[in-house]
Amino acid sequence: MKPYALFKKDYHSELRTRYAINSLTMFIIVALSVILFSIGNEKVPQNLTGGLLWVVIFFSAMSGLSRAFVSEEERGTSLILHLIAAPTTIFNGKLLFNLILVFLMNIVITILYSALFEEFIIRNFLLFFLTFILSNIGLAIASTIIAAIISKAGAKGTLYPVLSFPILLPLILISVMLTSYSMIGASFADAKMGLAVLVSYDVIMLTVSYMLFDFIWKD
Amino acid sequence: MNKYYLLAEDISKKFGRRLIFNGLNFEYNHNGIYGIAGINGSGKSTLIKIIAGIISPSSGKVIHKLDDKVIEEEKLHNYVGFVAPYLIMYEEFSAWENLTHISKIRGIEFNKELFNSLLNDFLLIKRKNDLVKTYSSGMKQRLKFIFALMHSPKILLMDEPTSNLDDEGKETVYRIVNREGKNKIIVIASNERTDLDMCSTKIELEDYKK
Repeated sequence: MKPYALFKKDYHSELRTRYAINSLTMFIIVALSVILFSIGNEKVPQNLTGGLLWVVIFFSAMSGLSRAFVSEEERGTSLILHLIAAPTTIFNGKLLFNLILVFLMNIVITILYSALFEEFIIRNFLLFFLTFILSNIGLAIASTIIAAIISKAGAKGTLYPVLSFPILLPLILISVMLTSYSMIGASFADAKMGLAVLVSYDVIMLTVSYMLFDFIWKD
Repeated sequence: MNKYYLLAEDISKKFGRRLIFNGLNFEYNHNGIYGIAGINGSGKSTLIKIIAGIISPSSGKVIHKLDDKVIEEEKLHNYVGFVAPYLIMYEEFSAWENLTHISKIRGIEFNKELFNSLLNDFLLIKRKNDLVKTYSSGMKQRLKFIFALMHSPKILLMDEPTSNLDDEGKETVYRIVNREGKNKIIVIASNERTDLDMCSTKIELEDYKK
């Protein structure tokens, strides 16, 4: 219940400050518009649209998901969290907030993307659904722990995408591959290895995050 | 009555190569008011943060015990009340909303009577539904005392407790500190003579610089 209470605090805070929602919304609109304008009337190869979807998702995540810890650090309120909850509670609460934000953000991106790009046709919907769920979980876990790390640093804005890129690269590569599989209608047998990698990524990231967070949070 | 025990064993703190203090030992095992004194930059805030478990010492350890049982670091926040000028409450919420959210995150019962009585003691009852960002610095400081006392802590740590307060605010703080000091350990870090006058013993940080 304590992590949920922290999530509720962040949710109410977000409604009042619009720290993440505004930047995320603007970024999604801008990113999709830039891709649309740059393509123009050209016919885009089908496998490229799957890759472009993950480019939009990656950079949108970079623009809003650091909020979990950076806003507390910037406003000087992280000391309150130190004084009212255990590190595990803080991480769980922030992870819950980022999970919901990532899912909402990516559902909006995927719906807009499907509506704007005719070539983006999913033939194996269940495979895409599984990829979407597993990738979003991985994205939320990785972005939460990276946000915790960079919140203590100086140039937060620059450091976040730079540090995120190598950590999220395996996730993005597998997600792009599985998305293109679901677009060509490949079977689950073909995608089995990719899905196993995504599950492993999520489990490893979650374990490492819990192991690291105490050290990151304390000093 | 619960017996609280605070022990610091040979603690030192360095930031990079700069030594803040070294070889610090103290033991508080009776309720009362204890002081930490020192000039600006002497490490008072650092020491009080180490006692609160917010930062780690470079060497040595701080042990908190309640009824002869060591309090685990993970659970220390349940026993500590903390006031400091650098503690910032959520400005987008009102005082009442801050207390509501914080009590839920702490996992304590939302005690309306206690919160109203604390708001009354610290003269914030009429402004409890106003956003904290509209408060003066003195009002924000008074809200921090409510934050520190809302979970009935066993030990109270105060860094510059009377900063930003007017005479009436200071009187309120001294009255409450003297009252609370009878049934818990209070540690005050300050360079204000009137704050330190309440303390039975004082640690002079300038003595621990070698």
